[in-house]
Amino acid sequence: MVKIRIRKEEYEVRAGMTLRHALEKIGINREAVIAIRQGEIITDDEQLEEGDEIRLVAAISGGV
Amino acid sequence: MKCRKCTQKAIINMRQHKLALCKEHYPEWIVAQTKKTIERYHMFTVQDKVLVAVSGGKDSLSLWDILWQLGYQADGLYISLGIDGGFGYSLESKRRTEQFSQARGLTLQIADVPETYGEGIPEMAQRTLRGRGKPCSVCGLVKRHIMNQAARQGGYTVLVTGHNLDDEAATLFGNTLTWNAGYLQRQDPVLPARHAGLVRKAKPLFRIYEREMTAYALVRGIEYIYEECPFVAGSKSIYYKELLNQIEADRPGAKLSFFLSFLQARENGLFAVATEEENTGAGGEALFTCPGCGQPTTVPELCTFCRLVGAKQDSP
Repeated sequence: MVKIRIRKEEYEVRAGMTLRHALEKIGINREAVIAIRQGEIITDDEQLEEGDEIRLVAAISGGV
Repeated sequence: MKCRKCTQKAIINMRQHKLALCKEHYPEWIVAQTKKTIERYHMFTVQDKVLVAVSGGKDSLSLWDILWQLGYQADGLYISLGIDGGFGYSLESKRRTEQFSQARGLTLQIADVPETYGEGIPEMAQRTLRGRGKPCSVCGLVKRHIMNQAARQGGYTVLVTGHNLDDEAATLFGNTLTWNAGYLQRQDPVLPARHAGLVRKAKPLFRIYEREMTAYALVRGIEYIYEECPFVAGSKSIYYKELLNQIEADRPGAKLSFFLSFLQARENGLFAVATEEENTGAGGEALFTCPGCGQPTTVPELCTFCRLVGAKQDSP
C-alpha cells in the first residue's frame, strides 16, 4: 500500500498506479497540490511503489 | 518525465506552458520569468527603492527571495496583525519572516497593529459593522493603509506584493460574477500613484501559478508558514480558486488565459478607458486627501481607516 498525507488527512492507495491516478481516486485536484516523496518533489506521472509515503503540500491560500 | 533543459528528472510539469523542469532549472526559470514580467510591464528598475509586503507565506517570501537574487534594492515590511487562532498565527509568521531576512542579510521593517492601535484585527473587526462575522475586509483595509504609509514614510518608490496568477484570476472571477465595473477597472498588475499620498504598486508574480510558487518555495528551502490564517476558511477567494482549478485540470492554461485575456480586452477598450489623471481614481472618481493621514479617499473627510481607528475612542 501507499500512504498519502495532506495536512491531517491520510489516505491509502494501491501501489502500481501513477500519482495522477491516485489523486483522482482520493478526489484531490492535481492542480492544487505539490507531491513530495522522500524529500523530493515528484511529477504526477510517477509510479507509486509499495511502501511509498507521499506528502501533499496544499498550494491554495487565500483571504484578502 | 525529464527536464526540458537537461536529462535530470523533472520536479514540475507546467502543462499551460508544455514545460517540465528539474530542481536545478526550475528556480532559474521562475527568477527569469519574474524579471521578464517586471521589465515587460515597466514595474520598476534597479534604481527604484522597493518595499516588499511580506506575510511569512510562500508567495511573499519567494518574491523577496527572487528580487534579492535579481539585485533589486528590496526591503521587507511585515505587518503583525494580532491574530492567534489557537496556534500563534501572527507570532509564527513573524518569526519565519525574521528568520528569512536574517539569513539573507535583508532589511525588515515591522509594523505592529496591536502595539500601535491598541487592538488587533479580530478586535477591530468585532467592533465595526464592516468586519462583523468576517474580519478579512477590515484586515485588507488596515494592511493597505499600513503598507502605503510605510512606503511613503520610508521613501520607497514602489510597493510590491506577492499576488500570484491564482489570486488575480480568483479576484477577477469574483468581480465578473457581479460585473463590478469599478473593481474591474482597477484590477491591474501595476497601479500608478494617482495621488500624492499614494505609492506605486506592482505584482511581479501575477503570471505565475500558485502551485508553481509553492514548488519554488519548497525547492529553495524557504521556511514559510504553512498554516493558513484562521479566518480564511470558507472564504470566497478559496472557493473561486478551487473552481478555477477544476477548469484548469481539464483545460490547461485556462486560468492564465482568463486573466491575460481580461487585461487585453481592457486595453482594447472593452471597458471605459481608465484615466491616468492625478487625483482621480481608475473609475474616474475624484480623490480627496484625508485630513487624518494624508492618504487618498473618495470622500472629502476622514478616510475609512482613520474612521476605523478613530471610532475606537468614541465607542463605549
